[in-house]
Amino acid sequence: MSEINNSMTQSSLNTATTSAYEKWRLLKDAIMRRAVVAGGLSVIFAIVVIFFYLLYVVYPLFLSANAESAAQYAIPEESAGKTLFLAIEEQNEVAARFTDTGKVIFFEVKTGKTLAQKTVLLPENVAISSVALGSPVNEGAIIYGLSNGQAVIVKQQYKVTFNADKRVITPSLKYPLGETPLVIDESGAALEKIAFKVGDGSTTIVAKTADKVRITSFEKEQSLFGDDASLTRTDSILNMPAGNITNILVDKEDRNLFLVSDDGSLSFIDMSKKNAPEIKQHLNVVDAGQKITSVSFLTGDLSLMIGDSSGLVAQWSLVKDALNKPALQRIRVFKVSDKAVISINTEQRRKGFVTVDANGEMGIYHSTAERELIKEKISVSAPLSTILSPRANALLFQNADGKIHFWKVDNEHPEVSIKSMWQKVWYESYPKPAYIWQSSSASNDFEPKYSLTPLVFGTLKAAFYAMLVAIPLSLMGAIYTAYFMSPKMRIYAKPSIEIMGALPTVILGFLAGLWLAPFIEEHLSGLFALLVVVPLGVMLFAFGLQFLPENVCQKIPEGWDAAMLIPVILISGWFAFSISVPLETVLFHGTLRDWFKRELGIGYDQRNALVVGIAMGFAVVPTIFSIAEDAIFSVPKHLTVGSLALGATPWQTMIRVVLLTASPGIFSAIMIGFGRAVGETMIVLMATGNTPVMDLSVFQGLRTLAANIAVEMPEAEVDSTHYRVLFLAALVLFVFTFVFNTLAEVVRQRLREKYSSL
Amino acid sequence: MIKLWFKSGSPWIWLNAAAVSTCLIMVIGVLGLVAVRGVGHFWASPIVSMSYQEDDGAVKNIIGEHVDTTVTPALMAKSTGFKMADNEDVLIQYLMKTGNRDLTGSDFRWIQERHIKSQAEPADLIVVERREWGNFYGQLMAVKENDKVVATGDQMWATLQERLQAALVLHEKITHLEKKELGAINYALEQLRLKQRGLELKNSWNSETAKDFADKKAAYDVDYKHYQAQLVDLHQQIRRDSLVAKTESGAELVIPLSKIVDVYQPNNMSLFAKIKHYVVKLGEFLSEDPREANTEGGIFPAIFGTIMMVIMMSIIVTPFGVIAAVYLREYAKQGFTTRLIRIAVNNLAGVPSIVYGVFGLGFFVYILGGNIDALFFPESAPAPVFGTPGLLWASITLALLTLPVVIVSTEEGLARVPKAIREGSLALGATKIETLWRTVLPMASPAMMTGLILAVARAAGEVAPLMLVGVVKLAPTLPLDGNYPFLHLDRKFMHLGFHIYDVGFQSPNVEAARPLVYATSLLLVLVIIGLNLAAILIRNHLREKYRALEG
Repeated sequence: MSEINNSMTQSSLNTATTSAYEKWRLLKDAIMRRAVVAGGLSVIFAIVVIFFYLLYVVYPLFLSANAESAAQYAIPEESAGKTLFLAIEEQNEVAARFTDTGKVIFFEVKTGKTLAQKTVLLPENVAISSVALGSPVNEGAIIYGLSNGQAVIVKQQYKVTFNADKRVITPSLKYPLGETPLVIDESGAALEKIAFKVGDGSTTIVAKTADKVRITSFEKEQSLFGDDASLTRTDSILNMPAGNITNILVDKEDRNLFLVSDDGSLSFIDMSKKNAPEIKQHLNVVDAGQKITSVSFLTGDLSLMIGDSSGLVAQWSLVKDALNKPALQRIRVFKVSDKAVISINTEQRRKGFVTVDANGEMGIYHSTAERELIKEKISVSAPLSTILSPRANALLFQNADGKIHFWKVDNEHPEVSIKSMWQKVWYESYPKPAYIWQSSSASNDFEPKYSLTPLVFGTLKAAFYAMLVAIPLSLMGAIYTAYFMSPKMRIYAKPSIEIMGALPTVILGFLAGLWLAPFIEEHLSGLFALLVVVPLGVMLFAFGLQFLPENVCQKIPEGWDAAMLIPVILISGWFAFSISVPLETVLFHGTLRDWFKRELGIGYDQRNALVVGIAMGFAVVPTIFSIAEDAIFSVPKHLTVGSLALGATPWQTMIRVVLLTASPGIFSAIMIGFGRAVGETMIVLMATGNTPVMDLSVFQGLRTLAANIAVEMPEAEVDSTHYRVLFLAALVLFVFTFVFNTLAEVVRQRLREKYSSL
Repeated sequence: MIKLWFKSGSPWIWLNAAAVSTCLIMVIGVLGLVAVRGVGHFWASPIVSMSYQEDDGAVKNIIGEHVDTTVTPALMAKSTGFKMADNEDVLIQYLMKTGNRDLTGSDFRWIQERHIKSQAEPADLIVVERREWGNFYGQLMAVKENDKVVATGDQMWATLQERLQAALVLHEKITHLEKKELGAINYALEQLRLKQRGLELKNSWNSETAKDFADKKAAYDVDYKHYQAQLVDLHQQIRRDSLVAKTESGAELVIPLSKIVDVYQPNNMSLFAKIKHYVVKLGEFLSEDPREANTEGGIFPAIFGTIMMVIMMSIIVTPFGVIAAVYLREYAKQGFTTRLIRIAVNNLAGVPSIVYGVFGLGFFVYILGGNIDALFFPESAPAPVFGTPGLLWASITLALLTLPVVIVSTEEGLARVPKAIREGSLALGATKIETLWRTVLPMASPAMMTGLILAVARAAGEVAPLMLVGVVKLAPTLPLDGNYPFLHLDRKFMHLGFHIYDVGFQSPNVEAARPLVYATSLLLVLVIIGLNLAAILIRNHLREKYRALEG
């Protein structure tokens, strides 16, 4: 239509004398046309942007990691000895090479230029027989086990200073337990394997000589005066054969000790009592014929990653067994390679780890998400020493070709996978796999748990109970209002119910949380009585009405039944509440709540799904009512009149003709109502305890996606995994409601066409 | 008989009618509940003084307001641990507001009716509304000036009123000085600091500007010292007077008048005085700042914030909504695409509001705001200006949220304008835009108005997205004040709906704050229902008008 109009106006104007004014009018028309089109399209564009922006934020969650070689250079100061291992500091600027001659070479990561060369103070004529990083790893402490039964602890320190806004990192070495070597084995036997834990108060060293495993613990005691500190030493020897031990691991609480043997077995020793360590478990952890080739703690030291010669990496964690005692249990396995896994480097802040196999192939994994993030060949053969930087964004290793390689790793969100969000996950120190949402934790040791399942469950549970309240009320109300109510009353009744929909949900939530929840807690039995007594009361009233004298009956206006019923419902409601208490005491010997708890074991939260159901049902009623009422009301009159003329009662006409015709409209009303219930935030936030539990009980709380976003979004760090997962929750809500609403809208449009054709 | 009755289907019709009645009862019930509880808050209820036997047998005096009553059947009371005599059927308990939180630790206590030995409503009991520690209930003993008793007995009450008025005037002066004058100086100093940092960043900070800035700073310092001196003086004056009151336990408490908002004797008030008191309290509620972590005082900043946000939102949403509707109805070629767009727009109204909040936070606050900060406000880094939730972003987010409402409503209005009017205008030689501007849009303007009113009603009641994009529980300054540039779009603000959530659920003293939340809810409900009724009226009026035109 508009096209024709335009051409008409233009042609009429063109024939007229085109004065400047006419030109201006035309120009104005053209400009405004463009402006309106641009404006209109931009608004519609803005709407599309919402969806794509949410997607854009969520998308990085599912990207794999990326690793690329950033530099490679000759081994710095190669003459200073063979590399025992490498270390790198947090900023990825300075690295260190520890050699078998007791030298430490600090060099620039990017170029390999030597920054400083230090020598660890070792006794004369003594060889380094073993070396190990201390636990916890982020302390940067190293122990050297010596061939004379002594040990030396050094600590790498990186001091950051700023010189004219430029960061300068100065490396140095420190001796936390003094420069004199500690005598571990008095007989002077070489310490073949060693491990230790450093701490402010205590240090524990576990060392293996040719035939013994020794546990030596130093307790630092600050004297009252001055800075003098004295060391109290406790020694003990483990009562087990030590010959074939290849690895020693001490956790950072120095409570658990793990010994790995070359026959593929693992011993778990409780050494919380330093003078009497206790062997708790001894078990085989690899398949027959395979060997343990690498082992490492996952950050937090709650589980061990054990790599074997067949290319498998298994996560063994201390899980409480039937007797509530911690026992090692294999909770998941990764197939990493076909070759032996020669090194496992775990991240210091997340539950991720990097494996390298004998072929020089590197893989980055995340344990709980069970994700393989990247697999890349980094070297032609097995690299000598691999180290992951503290922030897990760089990899440094010495290759067989005699060069040091520096790789940059980009691995932002390894902890989320489809599996970790939607399926049961076996978290460390949990007795079995579970769905858990626990986005924040006090420390890095306990990983955040991002299972969306309890939230979706909570959302659907809340929506389900809300619909349970709303559907009967609103549909029955719609049927009556559209078909049986007198037009005069309808004018008032319909807007009154619809105005409920305009009530701010924060007020409904407030009433639900602070008024309804305590009320229901106190009058639970009354609520159940209400469900029985009110319909009965209404029926009785209606039935009794028949027996009124004829002339009274005729005076009752038709279609005002609903108004007449208001006092009936109020009275029967009051009756229900007043009989409920005596009934409760007789039937349940106390309150109904206690009875549920006692007899059925159902706990009662004050803010529970029942409260949410009623409050949110209240909020959804007007939505469903309004649409369903429209659909029923606009059923063509000739259909109903025809049915009535054929002798059907009004109720039969309603059920068989009207409802059937209007059913798509009713369906779409329910859909839209459901969409509203799913996305409602404030009512759920205020009327439930917001505990993300998965419990179908109507007396338990829940946490919905929307409420979860409202609670956690303000605290989520921008672009962190948590932030993106919350965006994902928003996206899920968006897509969910959009699909439901579109479906409803399409159904409704179809219905409109059908009506017009009838 | 019954069988026949059931066969006729009439019981089912009655049940359906019952559903409508239930819905109506629920609506009226909710509105009534909010109204009754909200209205009652400002009424000066009588104070009861009773002698009460505690569980340990000691008889004590209790002074307070009656708040709530519960009736528990004997059996249930027993199961919760009360000792019940055989002849007692029920346990009646009263919730009393006894105030004096500074002395007893809590504002409320439950008492059992059966343990009340006697009760009375002495006329000389006073309620002291304090700036801290909530209400005080007790008996006035004396009025003091600098620790010297100046009035007791009969003239005590008159003296107290007189001196309290003086103290309130002083308090007014102090807040004015602190907030307006000192606030302006602090703001100016902060601006100066930012300017200096800006110049430093541009490398144009030199000795000349340094001297200039130092001069300005010195001038402000002089002003500051001047006001400071005034303040010290005022503080000294206000601290002069105090009152001495006896608590329920007989202890005497000195309350400085500087800490008092109001003193009244509810038991001694006539009905007229109570009505006056009610009106005054209502006025204070609407016009004053909140006190005591929002649990007392007024809600003015929340009202102001809500209005500001709604106005900003209207300014944004109206043009865009109208343009989009005009495009869809008048310019776009009708077909599959427009149908698709309409469905999309319709459905956006059904997208959960929290999703808009998430979008607003991510896109507007962090991306747009962050970039604006980087481009225009490098001097205030690392403190964000627009890169943090604030009024502007809240308004835009809510504008986006209410856009579908305006589009749908405006489109409906455009569709109702009869074709003949458009064609007539075009036939007379008007261009399309002239036709739209002069005839169609004015005729559709009530529809736009309806849309806007509905949008405003929705925005005023929406809380979830605002929690993410700019609302705070306590904003130190209003978004509009006397400091250039007067309207501070970057500031956070308070909002009625969030106030309800915050005070009702996050405040440390929920019981004491509850009446206030009801009152706030009532205000919000009234505003929103008023707006909705206005929209309905306009719509009905509009329909009538076009019916006349079409006829």
